[in-house]
Amino acid sequence: MRDASTQDPPLTVPPVPPPDQHDPPGAHQRKGAVEGSATWSLSDRIGLAICWALGLLFCAIAVAIVVYLLVQGIKFLRPEMLWTPAAAGFSETETGGFSDALFGTLIVAAMGIAIALPIGVAIAVWLVEYGRPTALARVTESTIEAIAGIPSIVLALFGTVIFSSTALGFLSRSSEGVVFGRSFFAAATMLSLVALPLIVASVREGLNSIPRHVREASYAVGKTKAATTRRILLPTCRPQVATGAMLGLGRIIGDTAIIVVLLGATQNFAPVEGVGFPFNYLRGAGTTLTNFVYEASPTGNLNQPQKAYAAAFVLLLMVLALNAAVDIVHRRARKVGTWSH
Amino acid sequence: MNEDLPQEYGPKWSDQRVERMLGALVCGVVALLLALIVTVFVHAWPSFAHNGLAWFSAGGDVEEQLNAISLSAQTSGDYIYTFHAWPLIWSTMLITGGAVLIALVSALFVSVFIVEFAPEWMSNILQPVIRFLASVPSVIYGLLGVLVLVPFIGNHLVTEGQKASVAGVISLTGYSLLAAILVLTVMIAPLMVSIFSDGLRAVKPGWIEGSLGLGINRWRTTWKIGVRSARPAIVAGTVLAVARAIGEAVMLAMISGSVAFAPNPADGLIFIYEPSRPLGPTIVKNIDQLSSPPFNATLFSIAAVLLFSAAMFSLAGWLARRSMRKYLMP
Repeated sequence: MRDASTQDPPLTVPPVPPPDQHDPPGAHQRKGAVEGSATWSLSDRIGLAICWALGLLFCAIAVAIVVYLLVQGIKFLRPEMLWTPAAAGFSETETGGFSDALFGTLIVAAMGIAIALPIGVAIAVWLVEYGRPTALARVTESTIEAIAGIPSIVLALFGTVIFSSTALGFLSRSSEGVVFGRSFFAAATMLSLVALPLIVASVREGLNSIPRHVREASYAVGKTKAATTRRILLPTCRPQVATGAMLGLGRIIGDTAIIVVLLGATQNFAPVEGVGFPFNYLRGAGTTLTNFVYEASPTGNLNQPQKAYAAAFVLLLMVLALNAAVDIVHRRARKVGTWSH
Repeated sequence: MNEDLPQEYGPKWSDQRVERMLGALVCGVVALLLALIVTVFVHAWPSFAHNGLAWFSAGGDVEEQLNAISLSAQTSGDYIYTFHAWPLIWSTMLITGGAVLIALVSALFVSVFIVEFAPEWMSNILQPVIRFLASVPSVIYGLLGVLVLVPFIGNHLVTEGQKASVAGVISLTGYSLLAAILVLTVMIAPLMVSIFSDGLRAVKPGWIEGSLGLGINRWRTTWKIGVRSARPAIVAGTVLAVARAIGEAVMLAMISGSVAFAPNPADGLIFIYEPSRPLGPTIVKNIDQLSSPPFNATLFSIAAVLLFSAAMFSLAGWLARRSMRKYLMP
């Protein structure tokens, strides 16, 4: 299959007519049944008022978080912070910025998703398309669920055991047989486990939403199951793959416990000497925005609330961008009609 | 097309081969989970073996015990493992329980609102808001808690009289159960809302219509029919939220106060202003001691307890959902 994809364009499923957005199955009758609350008893009306109050409260909390961080971010964020590494100093003006943390976040996100995405897609494909023996499929489902439920601090401790073993010494700094165990490799590997369940769930949903006859049509023209999956099923559920990847990315850049434990308690890159370019950084300790915010908060070791606000603002912008991207993918997929609901 | 046919039929991508490769990968992931469980418990064993069930009991000052553990590794070959974690467990229970309770009630109301009662424009605003709140990193919640909520509680809610009344025991600075519970609630409620509202949307319309047709108003129909038949989703969402709350470490390390103190509800309402430290943050705060063997065992024993309780909640949720199978939609 080397360059086959350039020669014949992949078979795509003809767009299914888009399901009516305002008409999810079962909901239309209910929305149609317009009934004022005027005839309700007092307790029911109080209940509805509580609904409104709580709904507005959630909106208010979200607005407050965004506006407050926006104000603090504009007040304290200086552009040079984005390209100055952190430095030792006594006042907030002397301590530089958080460029290493920013790059650290990008590196960790890229590595984590690069590990999690192929594995997650493969697991989802196996679960939906193969899934034999059934017992193994059930075990796998529970495993994915269990991984989603494991606290990330436990994953982090597990990571210290794996990556401090001498066999994996080549993934972090080691001196005289003692393996340091903290590196971008270690953190990204464990973070990929955090993203994995989200990716599997999203891709599974996508594969399940493809009607059976699409697969049968493909088998009928002589395609194998593997080819069908690669050429037809996966391209069709591209939106779900993208959604899963972005949800996973959001969890990866937001995680702090794994970074604190597995990336090291430093605020700068600590490249390993005597190793080629990308690997000296990747095998060394580092930091990310979440770690920077944690350390720069009043309870951390740096205690620079202004920089913490600035870094948190940058982090929040990333999260907002990811949210917006999920929304766009969602909407576009709906328009094309490959989205399931 | 013809050109790549032989390739696709070829031995490299034959179905059996692909199936075997994917199966091996899946087995690998399952094995990884087993390895995780075994590793955590093996590393935790020395601590449990030395303490027995006393691990879970109260007794002595946790901070002193942790210090003794860390000193014993530096000074002599005799490791000390004595550790009585009750204050930490109690703090975890109070914070998790409080947050889950508040979040459960409010998430129920909000999801009912989104699915049934909110006007179109309102639910179009609420849904992205919920998604946003669920995706804010915990460290940002922690930062806002530490710089906004904690000073507010310390300066405005706690009175001088209350501070003086416990001055000899603990200082009330705003790092408190209340702050931890409130922030944790905001963190886990969105998770619940999104799962609950999926469940509510999947209720069979016929059941709802039947009730409406009997002249029962929409509010009561929603609660008696909709929410009842969505119970499997409610259990699932709650279990997920509990797992998240138990495992939350960094945010709680920032705002719970980081004192191994067990707030006592018998002291009156003042206990919600008292600081404490749950299990997760204890690991985060002492992570630099990981290289000393007895401390390593102690931290892993905490992790083992977290892992075990998360697993037990999943199991309980699974059993509860099994008994509600009749409500599950085809």
